[in-house]
Amino acid sequence: MSEGELIGSYIVPVHPHTVLAPEQNEGWGRLRTAYDDAAQRIKESGADLLIIYSTTWPSIIGHQIIADPNPEWVMVDHDFHELGSIPYSFNIDEKFAHAWNEANEKRGLKSRTVAYHGFPIDVGSVVALKLLNPDNAIPAVIVSSNVYANRAETTVLAKACMDVVKATGRKAIAITAMSLSNRMFTKPIEPKDDRIHSLKDDEWNLKILELLGEGRLEDVGQLSRTIHRQIRVNKVVAFKPMWWLSGMNSNRNNLTGQVLAYEALHGAGGAVVHLDPTPSGAGDIEYDEDDVEYFAGERNVLDGDQSDHQEIDSVNVESKPGEPQENGPALWDPTEGKDSVNSAAAPKPVGAYPHARRVGDLLYLSGVGPRQPGTNAIPGGPIHDADGKPLNYDIKAQTQAVVDNITRILEEAGGTINDVLDVTSFLVDMDRDFQGYNEVWAETLGQVGPTRTTLAIRALPTPIAVEMKVIAKAPPAE
Amino acid sequence: MSKGEIVAGCLAPHPPHLVYAENPPQNEPIAEGGWEQLRWGYERLRESLAGVDYDAIVLLSPHWQTYVGTHFLGLPNFKSLSVDPVFPNLFRYHYDLDIDVELAQQIHDRAADAGLAVAMMKNPDFRVDYGAITTGHMFNPSWDKPLVVISSNRSRDYYSVEVMQEMMIELGRVTREAILASGKKVVVIASNSLSHRHFTTESAIPEDMSKEHIASHAMHLWDMRMIEYFRTGQAQRILDEMPEFTEQAIAESDGGGLSWLLSTLDVPTYPGILHGYGTIIGTGNAIVEWPARNHKEASE
Repeated sequence: MSEGELIGSYIVPVHPHTVLAPEQNEGWGRLRTAYDDAAQRIKESGADLLIIYSTTWPSIIGHQIIADPNPEWVMVDHDFHELGSIPYSFNIDEKFAHAWNEANEKRGLKSRTVAYHGFPIDVGSVVALKLLNPDNAIPAVIVSSNVYANRAETTVLAKACMDVVKATGRKAIAITAMSLSNRMFTKPIEPKDDRIHSLKDDEWNLKILELLGEGRLEDVGQLSRTIHRQIRVNKVVAFKPMWWLSGMNSNRNNLTGQVLAYEALHGAGGAVVHLDPTPSGAGDIEYDEDDVEYFAGERNVLDGDQSDHQEIDSVNVESKPGEPQENGPALWDPTEGKDSVNSAAAPKPVGAYPHARRVGDLLYLSGVGPRQPGTNAIPGGPIHDADGKPLNYDIKAQTQAVVDNITRILEEAGGTINDVLDVTSFLVDMDRDFQGYNEVWAETLGQVGPTRTTLAIRALPTPIAVEMKVIAKAPPAE
Repeated sequence: MSKGEIVAGCLAPHPPHLVYAENPPQNEPIAEGGWEQLRWGYERLRESLAGVDYDAIVLLSPHWQTYVGTHFLGLPNFKSLSVDPVFPNLFRYHYDLDIDVELAQQIHDRAADAGLAVAMMKNPDFRVDYGAITTGHMFNPSWDKPLVVISSNRSRDYYSVEVMQEMMIELGRVTREAILASGKKVVVIASNSLSHRHFTTESAIPEDMSKEHIASHAMHLWDMRMIEYFRTGQAQRILDEMPEFTEQAIAESDGGGLSWLLSTLDVPTYPGILHGYGTIIGTGNAIVEWPARNHKEASE
C-alpha cells in the first residue's frame, strides 16, 4: 500500500442559506454555485476521504470525532430556523475516526469518538457535507473545535490526522467549515439587503482571500490571532481553523489557491476556497512559529495543579544542560553534525550526542528509552523515586514507549519502523521484566524481524527499566 | 382577570452531569451518583416550591445561542431526543415538553414594542437545547407545567457586557410586565452557572468526586462574592459588578440570564435562598431561589 496523502483542501461557509435559500439572494446563489463547483472537483479528484474541521461544533474536553457510521437526523439552525429544516444521513468512516482518536492520544492530545444515536451534527458540518458530498459517495470524518485549544494543540491535531491518512493510504480532502469575518447583523434583514457587515471586515476578508489565492496558507495561519482580533466576534470558538488546515498541509505557503466565491451571509464573510497541494512556484515558508509534533499542554487541573492559567504556546520544554530533571540528569539539545539525525518528536538526550547518525546505507541510533518528548515523563512510571525508593512500574508501557520513540526518530530520517535491522536491548531487571518486554516486542518489532540481543545491566541514566540500541537501514539520501 | 404574579425567581444551572448522576429513566447513561450537594440543592428547591401554585415556567437558557435577536419557542409542544454535543456520553434524554405559547407571544410582543429584536421559533423540527432540558428536568422532573423558553442573545459577544446587560434588563422588564398582565402565576428561571472555567481533562469515571473542585481560587472568590450578594438581598450590586464578574470569572452570566432574571424580579432587595452550591468539572454552580411570593410589597 502506498502512503496516503492530502490531495486538496477547501474552505467553505457554515450558514444554512446555501442549502435552503440560494435563490433568495444573488450572493447566496453564487456561494451555492461555488459549493457545487467544489463538489464536482472533489468528485473528479479521486478522493476517498473527506475530513471536516468545524468551527460550529465546540468541545471542552479535548477534541471529539464523529464515529457513528450513519448519523441521521433533521438539523434546524438556532438562528435561521425560519429558512427550514435540513434532513441528513451521512456516510462516516468509523474506522478512520477511531484510528485518528488513537493517533491523537499518541501525540498527547485529549480526544474521544462520538457515536450516539441522535447526536446533533453541527450546522457547519451538515451544510458542508450536504453540498460537497451530495450522494454520500465519499466517506467522511468530522472533528470538533476545542474551546480551549491553542495553536500547538490544534496543529498537533492535524498532524495526528495526517499520521492516519499516510498510514492508511488514503487520498484525503481537508475541509474547514468556517466564516471569515463572523459579525452578523443583529437584527433580521431582507435577503436583498445582505452585505458584509462593515468595510473593515470586507477589507480583511479580501486580504485573507488574497493570501489564500496565492496559496499562502501558513501565512494566514500565523495571522490567525490578528484576524481574530480584527474581524471576529468572540463567539464560543476563536479563529483556529487555519492552524488546523495549515497543519494538514505541512504548514506550506506555496500551495495553488483559488477563490471560487466570496459573499455575505447575514453580514458574515462566506467564501469557498480551493487549495491544491501542487506547488505554486512561489517561495515556501519563512516559518516563525514552533513546529509542534507532540502536545504537552496538559493542565493537570484534576490533580489540583494551578498551572492551568498558563498559556502554553510551545510544547518544547526547554532545558539547559546542568538543570537536573525530575526523571534524571540534565537534558541536552541533540548535537548537530554531519549526517546527524535529530527529532523534536523524540526525548532530549542526557548528554552531547545526536538521536541518530547516518553512515552510508545505515542509521545508527543512540540508546532510546521511554521518556516522552516535551514532558520527560516515563510511561508506566519511573522505577524509583527521587530518593531512590523503588516504585512499581509497567514494563509493557515503557517498552511500547521505546518503540514509539524509535519510530519517531526513524520517521525523522525519512524511514519507518520496518527499516530496523538489529537491536540490542538493556533491561535493569531481567527476572521481573523480560516477559512483559518480550510480549510488546512480539507485537511490534517482532513483526519487523530484526536480530536482537537482550542484556541485563545494573542501571540506566534515568529511572527507566528498558533501553534499546538500534541499527536500521537508511532511506536513500535525497 | 386577576393580576399575574411572579411567585419565585431561580438561578438553576444546567450541567448535564446532574441528570446523569440522578439516573432518570429518560437519560440513557447510568452513573454511580456524584454531585450530591447540587442534586440535594435541587431537591430543596423543589420542596420549597412544592406547595406553591403556579401556571408556567419562564426559562432563559444560555445554550440556545442566537446572534440575531432573542427568540422564543413558539409551538405548543416539542418532543424529541436531546443529546449533549459536549458531553454526549452523559446526556441522551427523551423529552416531551409543553410550551405556553400565549405567554411566549405576549413577552415577544412587548419586547418588540420596546425595540428589541425578537422572533418566534415555529419550526417543528427544532431541537430544544440541552441546557433548557437539564434545568427543566432538575427543576420539575414531572414536566407538568408548560414552559416559555427564551434564547440567549449573544449581544455580549457583539458589543460588551454593559450593552448585553442593558438589553437583558429591558427584556426582564417587559417579561415582568407581560407576566403581570397575563393573569398567570409564573416561576422565572435563569439556567446558568456562575464561574465557568472548565477542566480540560476528565477523570476515568465522570462521577469521581475526588477529582471535582473549583477551577481556581480566583473563581471561588468570585462565586462566594456573588453568593453573598444573593443571600443578603443586594441584587443591584450584582448588576453593578456584572462586567467584572463576567470577564474575570469567565462567568456564564455572559449569556444574559442572570441580568434578565434580576430585572424580571425587579432587582430584589430581599434575600435569596441558597439551596446549594457545588462545582462541576471546575465550574461554579449555585441553586438560588428568590421567594417573590413572600415579598410582594417589595415591588408594589
